[in-house]
This record gives sequence, structure tokens and C-alpha cells, in this order.
Amino acid sequence: MSQLIAEASPTTGDEVIQNYTINFGPQHPAAHGVLRLVLELDGEIVERADPHVGLLHRGTEKLIEYKTYLQALPYFDRLDYCSPLGMEHSYVLAIEKLLNIEVPLRGQYLRVLFAELTRICNHMLNLGSHVMDVGAMTPNLWLFEIREDCLNFFERASGARMHSAWFRPGGVHQDVPAKLLADLDEWLDTRLPELFEDAISLVADNRIFKQRNVDIATVSKEDALKWGFSGPMIRGSGIAWDIRRSQPYDVYDRMEFDIPVGTRGDCYDRFMVRVEEVRQSARIMKQCLREMPEGPVSSLDRKVVPPKRGEMKQSMEALIHHFKLYTEGFHVPEGSVYVATESPKGEFGVYLVSDGSNKPYRCKIRPTAFSHLQAMDFMAKGHMLADITAILGGMDIVFGECDR
Amino acid sequence: MTKHPAPKFASNEGIIDAARAAIGPALIDAVEAHGEVALHVERTGLVDALIALRDKLEYQQLMEIAGVDWPDRDPRFEVVYCLLSVTKNHRLRVHVAANDDQPVPSVTDIWPVAGWLEREVFDMYGVLFEGNPDLRRILTDYGFTGHPQRKDFPLTGYVELRYSEEEKRVKYEPVKLAQDFRSFDFMSPWEGADYILPGDEKADAKGDAAK
Repeated sequence: MSQLIAEASPTTGDEVIQNYTINFGPQHPAAHGVLRLVLELDGEIVERADPHVGLLHRGTEKLIEYKTYLQALPYFDRLDYCSPLGMEHSYVLAIEKLLNIEVPLRGQYLRVLFAELTRICNHMLNLGSHVMDVGAMTPNLWLFEIREDCLNFFERASGARMHSAWFRPGGVHQDVPAKLLADLDEWLDTRLPELFEDAISLVADNRIFKQRNVDIATVSKEDALKWGFSGPMIRGSGIAWDIRRSQPYDVYDRMEFDIPVGTRGDCYDRFMVRVEEVRQSARIMKQCLREMPEGPVSSLDRKVVPPKRGEMKQSMEALIHHFKLYTEGFHVPEGSVYVATESPKGEFGVYLVSDGSNKPYRCKIRPTAFSHLQAMDFMAKGHMLADITAILGGMDIVFGECDR
Repeated sequence: MTKHPAPKFASNEGIIDAARAAIGPALIDAVEAHGEVALHVERTGLVDALIALRDKLEYQQLMEIAGVDWPDRDPRFEVVYCLLSVTKNHRLRVHVAANDDQPVPSVTDIWPVAGWLEREVFDMYGVLFEGNPDLRRILTDYGFTGHPQRKDFPLTGYVELRYSEEEKRVKYEPVKLAQDFRSFDFMSPWEGADYILPGDEKADAKGDAAK
């Protein structure tokens, strides 16, 4: 009888294993930045996960309150530094909503085009590091090649590889060279599908990759709603919710694209949703390139958008506008708006309160990672320690955005 | 007329009336501005109001809780709940006013996501949430004091830290600035200035002398 009881216990031999707590991070390559996870383990099974965030807190929201609207824009690049233009998009749309300013069609097309390029760029990093976290090296290197191409395109449009500051209230900062659009078109037809499909073919049906991801951290539809999920996380759980489709901004209402959804809500589904999103982004970009009209790229309202340098050499009024906009900045009517866009990681929102002055009174940033990371505890419960990296990879977390 | 390209969600028509019927007397005020509906709700009736909005009006998701500091108002802080309905495709904001000695009822029982969102508002503004099971600081440093998003908290803060080579540890010291924080005032003196313009005080003095 006593032998039976000894067999029922998970501990072997005379030693009794007690729960113990370990620190995962803040310096850990699979923690995707400075995440400190306090894990309570029973053997190798995770009993409780307590994420400690804030190690990258830079007080962005406080700093923004001391800057004019235009000066605050580059802070958004530095939130989610893997998809900078996605962050800028919410902010400029929030300002435009308060100002109720019209954006020329070419500007809107360019913004959609580069927002989708940002999505590809972001997913390359996430998909690559997700596969690397569960043990495969090669796809990451191949996907980084695409990411490098994307960064080169950003550089050709804005002059900066990562922190573009290219979306501006009223449009985009500068028009792109015609050659860039032609190159993008060719890249979408040749290099992107080749490299991407090659890399994904290595993992999508791979036995080890599936063993590490299928049925890991399943999230039901109800949980996804309750925990404030968005983006690929909510779609992975089977809810076809995409802000680009349901609440179209810029010219997304003219675009034709499909919204992939998962069936089981596990890490594999979230991975495959992102894979399909890359293909759909390429489709949107092709449409943008095909339909993009000629014309101005930003609003001609000189009380908001500064004139170009050439104009300033000729016109006194343009010079005054330029001076006023780069010192005092424009004033935004009193009021508050909450504007959220579909950033590559999910719903990225900006709650902007204006008191009618040239600086935001309050700019609350709604990061995607905050609600996803909070769900870590219930998603990781009962899984193995090694699954933590797969779950983190499936969440797509960047700490610049989470900690602000 | 809307000209901006910001996200377009379902019409606000009838939302205020429906909310008034669902929430009842706890609704203080309902405002529609910039294409968005904001409901101002009594602090004590917040939980019932949000349950009504979730169950009767299909606002399934709580996307964000934002704090705002209005030093001139009483109560001083505003807590803003941004709700989203994925079935009706509509967004709504619920505003609650509170002071730092008036706890706001926690909504963690309705939406577990509120846990961290409330922790952040507490961390940044010092607004207390009654019923939140884990109201710790979240974004600031371990052992931080003060609430940095308050308007009277200086941008530079009070404490700076560095690694001390002599003591081989991280040291916390009061902030020493090599140069004062430069707060430029770019507001046009014809519109925004609420101070005496440089030189204006001389004009007054001269006037006195002439008398």
C-alpha cells in the first residue's frame, strides 16, 4: 500500500521537490528585451508567471506633454522600434481628427503603402525570432534579409532606416522618388515571395516546430475579449477583427484584402496568422502602387503643414509660416479623442487631450503589449518552462512600446 | 463635416439615449464631440454602469484606462475608460472623476485586463482603485516615490541613479542638472502669454514717475 502512494507522487527517490521561483530575464535573449518574468515552477511546470515590466520606462508620455505636437512625433518611432511607422500612424490620425484636416489622396496612399511595409518588416522580426526561440536558426537569417530590404526602403523614403518620423500631421513629410515605387513593385514580385516562402516552408509544416507550438497557450474567444486582445492575438483566437477593415482609416476602405483567423487559438495559429498577414500586406501594397494618384503628399493648409524650402526662398508668407510652425507649432482645438489603428502588433491607440494650446495636454498611449503580456499568467499556467519562449514569441512583444 | 482620414466607426446616433436608458441616474453628462461619445459617470455607480454597457449595449472590450490630471478641478483626476464593441463596431469613452483620497471602484471583475491598466493609473497619478487585488506600481522603479504624470511633478524628477565604480553598485542621488531645464515658451505673446511681457513692467514704472 505504501508503495502505491510513493508511485503516485511526482517526486522520485527520497527527495521531495518543492516549488521554486526563478527569474527569467531581465537579461535573457529570449525575453525579447528587458522583461523580468518571475516564474514559480513545480519541477519544470509553470505554476504562476508574474511579469515585471517597466525596466525600459522612459517617461514618453510625460515628455510629450512638454513638446509641441510636431516635436512629439519622433517619440512614437521609439515606442515600438520594430514598427515605427505603425506607431506614428495613430498619432498623426489623432491630431488630424482633432484638427479635422483633409489629407490629399496621394499622402493617404503613401501612408497605407508604408504602413504595410512596416507590417512586413515587423513580422519578419517576430516570425524569425519566434522560430529561433523554439530552436531553428536558418529561417531567422533569411527573414532578416527581407527586413534589411524593408529598412533600405524606409531609408530611401525618409532618410532614416528605423526612426523615420515620416508621417506628419496632414500627410507625409516628403514625396518618394519614382524609382523607389518601381523598385518596391519589383521587390514585391520577386525577392519577397522567394525569400519569405522559402523560409516559411522550412517551419510551417515542420514536425518539431509544430510540437513546440500546437496547443501551447490556447486562448478562447471569450478570454481574448476579456483580456483586451487585439491584432494577430485576437485573430489567432478566431475572432475576425481587424481595424483596417471594420474602422477603415486613410485609404484602407479601397483596399481588397483577406483577414486570416486561427481555429484553435494556440501559438501555432498566431504564428500562421502573421504569416498570412505578410502575404495580404504585399497584396495591399501592390494595390497601392497600382492605384496611387499623382498630386501633393501633404495638406496644403499652411497653418498646419510647413511649406517646402524652395517655396520659402520665393515667398515671404511661406517663410513666416515655416518659422511659426517650427517654433510655436500649430494649435489644436480643445477636446479629446481616442484613435486606434491596426499596428502590426494589434490595436495601438492614442488618447489625445488638447487644451487648445500648441502642446498636447495629455497623450495616453495604448500599447498592444500591455494587455497581451498581462495574460501571460493564465496562458503559461501548466506549461513547461521551455514553452515560455514560444508563448512570448507568439505574443510579439517589444518593450519600447510596453514600458513607454 | 468630417474631412480627416481617422478611423471611421459606426454612427453615434442614438448611443447617448441608449446609454442613458441603460445606466440611469449614475450618468451625469453625455457629450458628443469630435465624432466620439464621452459619458461622464458617478464614481460610485461606475461598476454597474460598465456592466450595463457591456451586457445591454454590447461593449465587450475594455481597451484602455487613461488618467488625466486637472489640477484646477475638484475632484482633480479623471479616469477614462475606452470601450470597444466588436459586434456594433463602435467606440465609447466613460469618464470618472476622483481625488487621491476617493478610491475608484475597480473593474477587474468585469474585465481582468483592467488589472494592469488600473495599476498604471495608480502608479502615474496616485488614484486608488478599490477592489484591485494587486495594486502595485508597474512602470516606475522598485521603491519609487511620487506619481510622475501629475502636472506638479517636474519633468526631470527628483532622483537620478548611476553606477558607482568606487562602491560597485548602483547609487541613487538627488537630481543635479548641469544646466537648468529649459522650458521654451513659443506661444505668441499676442495670444497665449499669461505673464508680464519683458519690458512691460518698465512702462508702468514710467507712468508712475510721470504722475
